[in-house]
Amino acid sequence: MNFSEVFKQTNQLCKVSPDGKYLVSGLPICTQTKYRLVVRDVSTLQILQLYTCLDQISHMEWSSDSLFILCAMYKRGLVQVWSLEQPDWHCKIDEGSIGLVSSRWSPDGRHILNTTEFHLRVTVWSLCTKAVSYIKYPKACQKGIDFSRDGCYMALAERRDCKDYVSVFVCDDWHLLRHFETETQDLAGLEWSPNGCVLAVWDSCLEYKVLLYSLDGRLLSTYSAYEWSLGVKSVTWSPSSQFLAIGSYDEKVRILNHITWKKITQFDHPAAINNTKAVVYKEVEKRPAVGSDDLSLHNITIGTTLFNTQSKYEICPLPVQIPVVKPDPDRANPKIGVSTLAFSSDSRYLATRNDNMTTVVWVWDMQKMNLEAVLEQTSAIRCFQWDPRRPRLALCTATTKLYLWSPAGCVSVQVPTEGGFQVQSLSWHCSGDSLILLGKEQLCLCYMDTDQDEK
Amino acid sequence: MGEWWTSVPTETSMGNYEISSISHVTMSPSRQNNLVSMCSSLPLSKSSYNVISAFCTEDNIPQCILYINQELASLGLSCACIEASSPGGAGLSTVPAMNAMYELLQIHRRNMCTLEELEREQLKKSSTLEHMQMNNSRLKDQLEFSMREKSGLHETERQLQLKIKTLQSCLKTEKDEVQKLQSIIASRASQYSHDAKRKEREAAKLKERLSQLLVDRKDKKLAIDVLNCLGRSDGKRSHWKTAKATASHEGEMYKSLLNDYEASQRSLMLENAELKKVLQQMKREMIHILSPRQSSTKGATADDSQEQVDSDGEEKMGDSSRETLDQSCEHAREQLTNSIRQQWRKLRNHMEKLDSQASQAQNQLESNKEAIPRETHEDEMERMRCEVQQCKEFIHAQQQLLQQQLNTSFDDETAALLNDCYTLEEKERLKEEWRLFEEQKKNFERERKNFTEAAIRLGREKKAFEEDRASWLKNQFLNMTPFTDRRRCSSSDGQSALSIRSEPEMRMSSTKAELAKSSTYATFSTPKPTQSAAVPSTTELYRTLRLIPDSSSSRHSNRGRWQESSTIDDGDNRAKSKSRVRCGDLSIFSLGEDENSLT
Repeated sequence: MNFSEVFKQTNQLCKVSPDGKYLVSGLPICTQTKYRLVVRDVSTLQILQLYTCLDQISHMEWSSDSLFILCAMYKRGLVQVWSLEQPDWHCKIDEGSIGLVSSRWSPDGRHILNTTEFHLRVTVWSLCTKAVSYIKYPKACQKGIDFSRDGCYMALAERRDCKDYVSVFVCDDWHLLRHFETETQDLAGLEWSPNGCVLAVWDSCLEYKVLLYSLDGRLLSTYSAYEWSLGVKSVTWSPSSQFLAIGSYDEKVRILNHITWKKITQFDHPAAINNTKAVVYKEVEKRPAVGSDDLSLHNITIGTTLFNTQSKYEICPLPVQIPVVKPDPDRANPKIGVSTLAFSSDSRYLATRNDNMTTVVWVWDMQKMNLEAVLEQTSAIRCFQWDPRRPRLALCTATTKLYLWSPAGCVSVQVPTEGGFQVQSLSWHCSGDSLILLGKEQLCLCYMDTDQDEK
Repeated sequence: MGEWWTSVPTETSMGNYEISSISHVTMSPSRQNNLVSMCSSLPLSKSSYNVISAFCTEDNIPQCILYINQELASLGLSCACIEASSPGGAGLSTVPAMNAMYELLQIHRRNMCTLEELEREQLKKSSTLEHMQMNNSRLKDQLEFSMREKSGLHETERQLQLKIKTLQSCLKTEKDEVQKLQSIIASRASQYSHDAKRKEREAAKLKERLSQLLVDRKDKKLAIDVLNCLGRSDGKRSHWKTAKATASHEGEMYKSLLNDYEASQRSLMLENAELKKVLQQMKREMIHILSPRQSSTKGATADDSQEQVDSDGEEKMGDSSRETLDQSCEHAREQLTNSIRQQWRKLRNHMEKLDSQASQAQNQLESNKEAIPRETHEDEMERMRCEVQQCKEFIHAQQQLLQQQLNTSFDDETAALLNDCYTLEEKERLKEEWRLFEEQKKNFERERKNFTEAAIRLGREKKAFEEDRASWLKNQFLNMTPFTDRRRCSSSDGQSALSIRSEPEMRMSSTKAELAKSSTYATFSTPKPTQSAAVPSTTELYRTLRLIPDSSSSRHSNRGRWQESSTIDDGDNRAKSKSRVRCGDLSIFSLGEDENSLT
């Protein structure tokens, strides 16, 4: 495993283009008011382009064809688009006094969808014809817009007359294909299945309700696990469209199948793990023993290595007690329940995080339908993501270490940079050969040993 | 009464000192009872003699006789009366007196016996009485204790009942509470939702108003500023929104849906087929397993025979179901599952039977276990005895051998004979080895000759190659069109790389992949000074070639091909150097292979 040198970035803005060739990151210049965007070649990390935006960038996104970069400046209600092929081409969209809260590309990379403040409307700007169209009554919720994986359809949650509706648009020409009312009290989100034929819609946390609609608006099934207490917290489809995983406030994940839409199994997240076949990996920190002769001037100047702690994984014998943070019952949005669900690219594994066990990631085997591994870290987990090619999970905990899990085992790697590079978040390169690690103001690439994998 | 009566005369008749003392003693507590006991004990005391003597004196013998006779009569001993031997005399006729005495003694003894018996009885009775009393008291205690316990239990029961009652009431109140709370929640929820709706309506109204205002203001800032418009990503031009377009969208949607359903149906069908196959196989195997068993137990019991009939019918049915399986799904499924279920039941029964048999067998085994140790013990003993015997024999044999050795060591003649034998054998072996060595030497010579020939040839080729290179460099300089050259050169290079085994014609049809690979070679074949570095490497390769033995015949044929290829490729000299190198390189390996195949 190799690491690149560290580059500066700002605002955790750093994205690799969908084709995996370029890396764009924000770069603030303190003396000027203008903000810069740097495009680098991923393989050489040399700077290819520099763009200057009008204000601090709040959001940045590559178009699907990796030709354009969208930069949204929500404070100013501005969107700027840059072209990689023609550096002097530019595009600026001003939403004016109506404001801007969200901006995104359409799947074809030729339209931009801006959501205005107060969710008054969604404005669709065409870069081909400069045409603008409006979609009224978008709903302000957890996930109100979702594009199907093939980029053909867009589902949009709407709220009219205190009722929830879903509109399905054809992304090609923004033709309204279907418009139907959903049986929800307060729709919280919607998500297309990866094959684009089923739309999962879930209610807000006050009610446990998941509805499944066909592309043509027919209600396929309704699922509700319980009543009264807080309900759905997160919903994820498996890449094979075979499973729908629903994480809820009762610290459980329920898996629905794609034929009868009934529950296959449920994964509990108990505080005491005792009778499973799961392997419990526990990160153990080890401070290097500092002898008196090590405290020379040389070592102190290096500094960072002196205070760094080594850590490694140990396999805990069962039973294991997991540290649990009791949530405050008087506060809204209690920190309890499964908030993050991620399937591996081959749909074989599911990684989950329970919010009142912040230091633990659970990995479930979807073939055997049981717990495969538990990773207990020393600090709270910030981010985890599956390798897009292999069943390999990378996670970070805002420390100077990077952690990797694969069915073969678990490893903790110190990021070998000076100045205490703390990994706040990470994302895989689409080839699965490298990882982009984001610190507070830096970024760094981590290259995996590919040949070792092939062995 | 009689005794009382008898005691009266004693008291009255004599004023004897001794008696008075006794009477004094006896009189003192309560007169009557003690007197009775006293009288019964009187004959035992020594003083009774005196009393008896006092009873009959010289004077009153007739009265005494009379009295005794009366007494005897009253006792029922009327057989003989005591008579005075002489009337008025003091003597008694002895026979009746003796008889009477004997009778009396008999009576007395009998009485004593019965008394003893009675006493014993009484003792026994009293002891049993005591025991009974003790028992009784114990039981009383027990009764009391259990009574107390009972009352305690009653008390606890009462308390528990009370508790249950309170708990029930508590539950009732809690239930009420829950109901109340639920109703409160429901009312609050409805209130909340109502309020939320109201607020939302308001918000919607506000939003409407806001957007209206914004539209009215004709917001100039709202704008898009693009340098030049882009083409669509798919390269097509945008369409007008027409009915046809909407219809096509619908069509497309249904098509994708249909595709999805078809795919899922296909997968389900596959799965179904697989499952059916498994089911069929299971059924077949079950029938297979079950049928021999039933034939063996044929006619054992009516039950079994019935079963067998059933199974026969089933077998037929199973076959038929197999046929119908593909025809009508519903019907076949039912049949199949039914038959499977039956078979399964039978199998289970069979298994259970087997299980019970196995457990029985095990039990028997366990019971047999007791007997086994002795046998094994004996076996072990036998074995050990054998071993000891063997060991003894072994030791004996060793001793004998040792003796022999000692004897033979002195025998020089035999030793010499043996030695001679050994040397003869050794000579033979050496001769054989010498022959082998000669052969190898010959081979080696031949190979050396081959090598020298090859070296000569190589020298020649090297010279030719040098010439080629010179000419190619000249050409390169003269042409001065590096790009086209490079491309051609690279392609030819790729071809030459391909020509490892193929014919020249084949080279024309080189795939793209190979081209891509060859492009990397092309970078080396550009006319740079570094290119010359490749030349020494080839010579090195030739040098290494010498290390590899080969047969000249195959070598020659390959050599010939090289020459040919070089002459063919003469047209484009640019590629030559590189191709030559590669050819040589590759042919080395091929030669190596040839050699292997020949030897």
